[in-house]
Amino acid sequence: MIRMLRRNLPFATVAVIALVAAPLLLEPFRLGLLAKYLCYAIVALGIGLVWGKGGMLTLGQGVFFGLGGYSMAMYLKLTEAGGGLPDFMVWSGVEHLPALWVPFANPVFALVMAVLGPMLIAVILGTLVFRQRVRGAYFAILTQALAAAMVILLVGQQGLTGGTNGMTNFFELFGQDLAEDSTQRLLYLAVAVVLGALYLATRQLVNSRYGRLLVAVRDGEDRVRFLGYDPALVKTVTFALSAGMAGLAGALFVPVVGIISPALLGVVPSLELVVAVAVGGRHVLAGAVLGAVVMGYAKTAFSEQFADGWLYLQGALFILVMTLAPKGVIGVMGRLRRARTT
Amino acid sequence: MSAFVNQLPIGLSIGAVLLLIALGLTFTFGQMGVINMAHGEFIMAGAYTAFLLQNFVLALPAAFLVAGVMGLILERAAIRHFYGRPLDTLLLTWGVSLVLQQLARDLFGAPNVQVPAPSWLSGGVGILPYNRLFIMALAIAGVVAVWLYLNRTGLGRRTQAVVQNRRLAATSGIDTGRVDMLTFFIGSGLAGVAGVALTLIGPVGPTLGTYYIVDAFLVVVAGGLGQLRGAVLAAIGLGLLNSYAEFWSDASLAKVIVFAVLIAFLQIRPQGLFALRSRVLT
Amino acid sequence: MLELRDVQVVFDGFRALDGVDLTVPEGELRFLIGPNGAGKTTLIDVITGLTRPAAGSVRFGEHDLVGRKEHQIVRLGVGRTFQTSVVFEELTVLENIDLAASFRRPLWSLARRRRGVSEAVEEALARTGLEELAERSAGVLSHGQRQWLEIGMLLAQRPKLLLLDEPVAGMSGDERQRTGELLTRIADDHTVIVVEHDMEFLRRHASTVTVLHEGRVLVEGSVEQVSADPRVQEVYLGRKASDAVGNRP
Repeated sequence: MIRMLRRNLPFATVAVIALVAAPLLLEPFRLGLLAKYLCYAIVALGIGLVWGKGGMLTLGQGVFFGLGGYSMAMYLKLTEAGGGLPDFMVWSGVEHLPALWVPFANPVFALVMAVLGPMLIAVILGTLVFRQRVRGAYFAILTQALAAAMVILLVGQQGLTGGTNGMTNFFELFGQDLAEDSTQRLLYLAVAVVLGALYLATRQLVNSRYGRLLVAVRDGEDRVRFLGYDPALVKTVTFALSAGMAGLAGALFVPVVGIISPALLGVVPSLELVVAVAVGGRHVLAGAVLGAVVMGYAKTAFSEQFADGWLYLQGALFILVMTLAPKGVIGVMGRLRRARTT
Repeated sequence: MSAFVNQLPIGLSIGAVLLLIALGLTFTFGQMGVINMAHGEFIMAGAYTAFLLQNFVLALPAAFLVAGVMGLILERAAIRHFYGRPLDTLLLTWGVSLVLQQLARDLFGAPNVQVPAPSWLSGGVGILPYNRLFIMALAIAGVVAVWLYLNRTGLGRRTQAVVQNRRLAATSGIDTGRVDMLTFFIGSGLAGVAGVALTLIGPVGPTLGTYYIVDAFLVVVAGGLGQLRGAVLAAIGLGLLNSYAEFWSDASLAKVIVFAVLIAFLQIRPQGLFALRSRVLT
Repeated sequence: MLELRDVQVVFDGFRALDGVDLTVPEGELRFLIGPNGAGKTTLIDVITGLTRPAAGSVRFGEHDLVGRKEHQIVRLGVGRTFQTSVVFEELTVLENIDLAASFRRPLWSLARRRRGVSEAVEEALARTGLEELAERSAGVLSHGQRQWLEIGMLLAQRPKLLLLDEPVAGMSGDERQRTGELLTRIADDHTVIVVEHDMEFLRRHASTVTVLHEGRVLVEGSVEQVSADPRVQEVYLGRKASDAVGNRP
C-alpha cells in the first residue's frame, strides 16, 4: 500500500499542479499555451511507447496528429456553416459539400474518426511494413515519406482541406463559445485529464507482460519469433496505439489552438516531437511527456524573443543531448540523484 | 500515346536528379549505414557555392570540395561516435541540418537566389532542354566514376572490405577510420555536385535540400542497401513513377501514389531491388 | 515424430544441404555432429522455419513445416536455442521465462499485469536451477547461465520437440557437467535434438548420433557404431574421430 502510494506520489503531485494550481494561477493566454503543450505531450507519450519502448522510430506522427485535427476541424467548420458550405470552400469555388465531409457533421463520428482513422492507417502501414521485416532506419524513412506525401496532398486538395492555410476561424464547440476564457479553461482541463488517463494506461501497459514483450521485440525481434510470438503483430498494435494517441491529440489541439494546417503536421513538426521525446528521455514515459512540455515552452519563449535563434538553439540543444545525454533530462536527473545518494 | 512519350524525358530527368543525390547516399547510408539528414544541406551548400562563384563549370569541383569538407568535419566531430546507432545518428544529423539551414538564412538571406545558367546550356533538342540533358549526363558520369572508384581503385576496394566486415578489415591492416573519413568525404561531395546541378532547374534557397532528401532516401530503400545498380534502377524508376503519377492524377496525389507503389514493391522485395543475403541473426 | 525427406538448401549456388533424410521418433535424444560447414545449423534452421529449403519436405507429426513462419512452428511445439544465446538483457530471469511461457495467451490478455508465477515458469526455474537468480536482470548472467536460461525459456513453453544448437560450447567443465545432467533429465520426457561437437559429452549422454558431412547424412547409429565407422574417421581428416572433434575450441 505504502509502496503504491510512493510510486504514485510524483504522478499525484503533477496531477494536482496541472488540474488545480495551473488553472488558478495562469492567465488565460498562458493556460492556452500550456493546453497546447499538453496536446503535444499526448503525441509524445505515443512516441515514448512506440520508439522508447518499442524501438520503432516514427517520423510520421504528424500525419496521425493531422488526421485527428482535420477530423475535428471538419466537424467544427460544419457546425459553423450551419448546413451551408464552410467559408474556405466558398472561396475556392466549391459548390456542393464533398461526400467525404458529410458524415463529419456528427460530432461522435468526427471524434471516433479522429482516433480510428489514424489507427487504421497505422494498422495498414504497420502490417505491410513490419510483416516484411522492414525496420529500423527503413521504417523511419518510410514514415517520413508518408509525412511529406501527406502535406503535399493536403496543400493540393484546396477545396477539401483549405490548402496551405488549412482551417481556422472556429467559434464554438458543442455550443460553447471558444473565445470565452471559461471554455478554454474547460478545454485545458479536458486535455490534462486525457493526458493523465493515457499516461496511466500506457504506464500500465508498459509494466504488463505486453510491455516486456515490446522491449523484447525491440532488443531481439528475431529471438521473439522463436518464442512463438509474431513480432509484426506486436509492432503493428503498438504503432496503432501511438497513432490513436496522436489522432486524439490532434482533435483536442484544434479547439485549443484554433487552427489546423499542413505546416503543423509535416516532416519538421513530426521530427520536432521525436526530438522533444529524446530531450526529455525516451526510456521513460514521463520523460516523453516532460520533453514535449519543456520543448514546447522553450520554443514559445525563444521564438518570442529571437525568432531566428530558435533554430540554432534547437539544433544545438539536440546535438548536445544526443552526444552528451542520450537518456535525456530524466536520465541526467537520475544520475544526479544517484550521485547525491552515494 | 504522345503524352506518354512526352512524359518520359521528364521522368528520366527527375530520376537523374534523384540519382545524383542518391549516389552520395549510397556512400554514407549504403556503405556506412549512416542516415545523414544533413545530406540535404550539403546539396544546399553546393548550390550556394555555385551562386558565390557565379561560374557553373568551376562550381562543380568547388562544390564537391566544400560539401565534402563539411561532411568530413561532421563525420569526425560527431557521427563517428555514433556508429552502430543509426537512429540516433539520424536525429543528431537532423539537428545539424537545422543549424545549417539557419546559417544559410543568415548568410545569404531567406529569399531564394538565382544562379545564371551558362549560355551554352540554353536551348535544347526537341522537348528536352540542354540543362536537363546535362543533368542526365552528369548523373551518368557520376555513376561511372563511383563504379570505377569502388571497383577499380585500391581505396574503393578497401571501402568495400570495411563495409562487408569491419573487424576483419581492421585486423588485416586497413585503417577503418581513414576509410570512413574518405567515404564520408566522397558521399558528401557528391551531394555538393548534385546541388550545383539543381541550380540549372530552379532557384536556390536555404531549404533546397529538404525538397529532395526524402525522395532520395526512398531511392536507397527501393534500391537496396549499398548497391550501386540498385540505386540507378530505383532512381530511374522513382523518377518515372513520379512524373507519370503527376501526369495521370495530379501533383498532390502523385506523392501518395509513389508512396503506395513503394510499399507494394516492398511486399515483393522487402530489402530493395538488390540485397546481400546474410544468415546472421540480428 | 520428425521426418525430413530429401531436404535441399542452396545459398548463392552453394549446397548447404544436399538431400538430407532424417527421422527422429518420439522420446528420442538425438545428437547431430559433423565438421564445420556440414550443415548442422542449417538443418535446425530449416526445421524451425528460419531457412526455407529449395526442395524436400519437413513433417512434424501430421504437420508440414515447410513454408510456415517461425512463430507458427513454435506454436506447433518445436522450440530451439541458438549458438550465441540471445536472452533479453533488460528483463529479469523470471520475466524472460514468463514471457516465453505466455506465448499461447492472446495478445490482449498480456496487457494485464502479471500476478504471481505460473506453474510452468516455476518448473522451468527449478529444472534449470535458476531460482536464486529469478529476480536478477538477465544482462548480468554468465555465459553458462544464459544458456540455461535459454533452455529454461524453452522448457516453460512445454514444447514437444527441442532443438539445442551447441548448448555446451564455451562452457567450463563444471557447467558442461550440469548441462549434461539437465539434458538427460529433459530427454526423459521430451524429444530432443542436440547439435554438439564435444565427443566426451557425446559419449556420456548420446543415445543415437547422426553424422552430417557436406550437406548429407553420412552415418547414423549409436556412439560406438559411429565412432568406429571408417567414413567418419576419414571425414575428420583421417584422425581418430574423438580427437578431431574433441579438441575444438
